Amino acid sequence: MTGIERITSALVWIMAVIAIIFLLTPLVVTVAVSFGSSAVFTLPPPGWSLRWYERVWTTRGLWASLLTSVQIAGLSTAISLVLGTLCAIALVRGRFAGRDAIATFLVSPLMVPGLVVGIAMLQGFKLVGLREAWPSLLVAHVVITMPYVVRTVLASLSLFDFTLIDAARTLGCSYGQALRKVMAPALAPAFLTSGMFAFLASMDNYPVSIFFTNAWTKTLPLQMLQLVEERPDPTIAAISTGLIVLAIVVLIIGDRLVGLRRLADF
Amino acid sequence: MSGARLDRMIWLALPAVAYLAVVYALPLLWLLGRSVTGPDGFTIAQFTAFFADPFSWRVMGNTLRIAFWVTLLSLVIGYPVAIAMARARGLMQVMLLVAMILPLSIGVVVKAFAWQIVLRRDGVISQGLVAIGIWAEPQRLLFTEAGLIVGATNVFLPFMILPIYSVVKLIDPRLTEAGATLGASPFYRFRKILLPLALPGIVSGSAFVFSMAVSMFVIPSLLIGDRFQTLATLTGRSYLLMRNEALGSTTAVILLVIAVSIVVLSTWLSKRVGRSL
Repeated sequence: MTGIERITSALVWIMAVIAIIFLLTPLVVTVAVSFGSSAVFTLPPPGWSLRWYERVWTTRGLWASLLTSVQIAGLSTAISLVLGTLCAIALVRGRFAGRDAIATFLVSPLMVPGLVVGIAMLQGFKLVGLREAWPSLLVAHVVITMPYVVRTVLASLSLFDFTLIDAARTLGCSYGQALRKVMAPALAPAFLTSGMFAFLASMDNYPVSIFFTNAWTKTLPLQMLQLVEERPDPTIAAISTGLIVLAIVVLIIGDRLVGLRRLADF
Repeated sequence: MSGARLDRMIWLALPAVAYLAVVYALPLLWLLGRSVTGPDGFTIAQFTAFFADPFSWRVMGNTLRIAFWVTLLSLVIGYPVAIAMARARGLMQVMLLVAMILPLSIGVVVKAFAWQIVLRRDGVISQGLVAIGIWAEPQRLLFTEAGLIVGATNVFLPFMILPIYSVVKLIDPRLTEAGATLGASPFYRFRKILLPLALPGIVSGSAFVFSMAVSMFVIPSLLIGDRFQTLATLTGRSYLLMRNEALGSTTAVILLVIAVSIVVLSTWLSKRVGRSL
């Protein structure tokens, strides 16, 4: 190794450590503030307390919005997994024209600004008379979750050896059994990764949801933003800490099931 | 294996395509159509009115300037970190992966809220800079452009690192070794071997971060406030607060045009990069 190489290599590692600290800063700050006794976010806090966690239980609208978000995210991810996987199979196995265009189209909501999608849908839904918040949110969130499923399942399917299905059938499986026993396990990591990212994207969505919520039906990000604006005290940090713990649990499960490296195959 | 069976495959694609066509593509086209229609048919009056106003140019400038700095900062931090991720083993690798994925899994509202605390006058950054003597006295970074750039970079950085990482990890380390054996200097090896091979990742990461930074909405409203308008915040405000749908649909279409240009440009760039290799 020459001197320059040693310096650049050292720089790479220093940068990596800085980036780790930088990326984890908001999480650490949130957790620290949530356990502080002060209401004005002083760091480090003057003392420790759990009072903000007690507040979480009594914050109005919070649990309702969490329930709404989980329902919308779960259902829209499930719908996207079914429709997206069917479409991915067609794109990999089919021999019709325009397959690339279809793939690009289904992934495109990722690249179109959320606000623009939200406004367009708001006007579209108004035209056909869809006004209720909950169904509007569900219909809209399928568009948000679809790209994650199509992108990951498509990549995974294009590596799948379809002759394995023929082999399974030669060995006595029915077509359904072959799909279930050979194809489904091979695709399981793709389902899991894409399902997780789709679910999180829906849970975290703000710019589309904002057009379809009202005073009674709110999603979690909207409810939290309202809290930040109306009553900025560490209650919001306590809620966030809960979400961080949830994310860590999901990550550990994800790591056990498919491995962290697989999850980073973005 | 008949041709007919394969052609029938298209029916499997139909539900997803039809769904997105009706719920997403049609409304977008309608939005586009309405923005160029007036009482007397086709018109670009909304756009000429928008661009005649100096305020609009300031908003456009704000949007593109912030997005540029966020993308540049993400690239400067992200490229070496992606290299480190590809080389790291053991604990360092786990730390990097966790630092990348964990923030992705908590909401943007949470992160922006945390940055509100960090960027305050008595926040960690201000105190730190005073402690090491760079600043004479504590300063507020919250509600400044610098604060917005730092916060937005923090949120979007993983979207720069992960695409570069996914390309860099495939680069055969023997290529640079071969270059060294043949007498290439470290800088020459970086410019002729590492950089060209990483370029597809750099292009797609930059496109991702730039388009997200152009259309971010929650982060500016929490970190810089209403006095600083971008295309996205102006679009949101004109629909949600000002009930000015004409202005909102104009800025929404401009946002859409910018987003589509980024996709087209980045696709073209990565094709060019692919050919020149």
